[in-house]
Amino acid sequence: MSGLARRFTGMRAVLRREFHGYFASPLGYIFIVIFLIASGYLMVSRDFGRFLELREANLDALFSYLPWIFVVLVPAVAMRLWAEERRSGTVELLLTLPITLEGSYLGKFLAGWAFLAVSVLLTWPAVFQVARLGDPDWGAIFASYVATLLAAAVLLAIGLLFSALSKNQVVAFILAVAASVGFLLIGVPQTQEFVGKWFGGYVERVVSSLSLLDHFETLTRGLLQLNSLLFFVLFTVGWLVCGMLVLGQTKTN
Amino acid sequence: MTETDHPDSVPPEVAAETEAAAPEATPPETDGPGEVLISVADLTKHYGAIRAVDGISFQVRRGDVLGFLGPNGAGKTTAMKMITGFLEPDRGSIEVAGIDVAADRLAVSRRIGYLPEDAPAYGEMAVEAFLRFIAEARELEAADEAIETVLETAHLRSVRGQTIETLSKGYKRRVGLAQALIHDPDVLILDEPTDGLDPNQKAVVQDLISSLSANRCIVLSTHILDEAERVCNRAVILSEGRILVDSTPEALVARAPGHNAVRFRVTEGDAADVAATLSAADWCAGARVLPGGEVEAEPRDGQNRLNDVLAAVGEHRVADVRVREGRLDELFRDVTRGVAA
Repeated sequence: MSGLARRFTGMRAVLRREFHGYFASPLGYIFIVIFLIASGYLMVSRDFGRFLELREANLDALFSYLPWIFVVLVPAVAMRLWAEERRSGTVELLLTLPITLEGSYLGKFLAGWAFLAVSVLLTWPAVFQVARLGDPDWGAIFASYVATLLAAAVLLAIGLLFSALSKNQVVAFILAVAASVGFLLIGVPQTQEFVGKWFGGYVERVVSSLSLLDHFETLTRGLLQLNSLLFFVLFTVGWLVCGMLVLGQTKTN
Repeated sequence: MTETDHPDSVPPEVAAETEAAAPEATPPETDGPGEVLISVADLTKHYGAIRAVDGISFQVRRGDVLGFLGPNGAGKTTAMKMITGFLEPDRGSIEVAGIDVAADRLAVSRRIGYLPEDAPAYGEMAVEAFLRFIAEARELEAADEAIETVLETAHLRSVRGQTIETLSKGYKRRVGLAQALIHDPDVLILDEPTDGLDPNQKAVVQDLISSLSANRCIVLSTHILDEAERVCNRAVILSEGRILVDSTPEALVARAPGHNAVRFRVTEGDAADVAATLSAADWCAGARVLPGGEVEAEPRDGQNRLNDVLAAVGEHRVADVRVREGRLDELFRDVTRGVAA
């Protein structure tokens, strides 16, 4: 076994258990229903997506609001993953099996991500309708799904870190929502204007390059730019590594 | 002062074993020449300023059932968590089946079955699904077979489809044992396997443990001393992170205060006179009249002194003569209180 594979020993077993876990309790189904209602509502609402009013054969009305839905729902997917293990003591069982901390951490992340992917792909009727009514840009739709999954990954990695930090699921949830909102707010124009005014153009450009929303928008326009892709990958990996370090400290408390 | 430092007050064979608890010494010989499966040297762990485990050393061989005895907070759980690799020691080394835990925890975890305190399990899962997860995590080749075997061993057939959180405590504990046994490990670490169970459930779990002991080494912690006598062939008393006694339960009983004390009723004559006569004998540590009117004479050396007692009684008539066994909990209290004081 190579060194890297060895480091993630046990990942598959954890991934499978956790993924099935979402469908073994009502949580998974409740999540999916709420997600679909919320995204559908924001897409067609006259105050937000205005999909019906715009009469355009694209799904911007759907995708541009997904990060904001994720800010609340992704922490709900993540909160259980470590907090519950630590509260019930099963973390001791888990980490004395032939499973590494990294393997179990990544397994849980991938399980949550796969679950989010299932939820996101259940928006397919919107794609179906757009294709029926017009001639959409398939590249942009594909890129938008990629962007959505990448945004979900970053926010899930944030949520997982707070789940490793607190034994209490509610606390983990609230902290994760706060951190995710903060992460998104970096990208809204008001924040960038404010930063530009007080710290000058250079800092503004740095802050704006850290904007999840900007990179998300770039991708949803159909531009699979390397720096935007890297932004998501690096931040996801960064939050995951931080979370593993946190769990290494908190697992025995 | 620990008793380990003063083996002069104990019977020879016990003394030999307590000396063996010193770090560099060889381990005590127990039933059969089993290979050493757990070897712990100078193990130490602090929690902040508290020294949870303080330089303990011991070895456990195949065929041994070692009981960790000790009051709450003595370091039993901490020591077990370090053997399984869940906690890292501050100092000292642990080898399981010849593998250094610090160097290769994964390899060690494949040789160990571990039941953590309170037998944690994923409550929302069914028994069989939970065992399947464990089998998968352990990458067992014949998972179905292994699951059937442990369901049988732990008497879980009837609840295989039930979610774990709906089970009674006794069943939950057996689920915990089943997951620890699924890969037929050489080493079993059981942290308070019977704690919180009712007497019947305790008996079931104890019988199960006894049936498992043949070809492995088992380390279990308990604060029920009867349990140590029933299932263990070796008992280690821990207090404040140190090993105070490392011996067999039988030898511990023999060391207990009041072991081989002779009790009888005086039917003709004055009980106080008899007690005074006995107290004067040089083999006698003391004799007294108990509140119920019986006389009890305690030997100085823990040997059975029935004949001496009968000789000393002389022309008094006595009845209901019996020799008392030492009680482990009395020794336990004596030994552990000695440290606290």
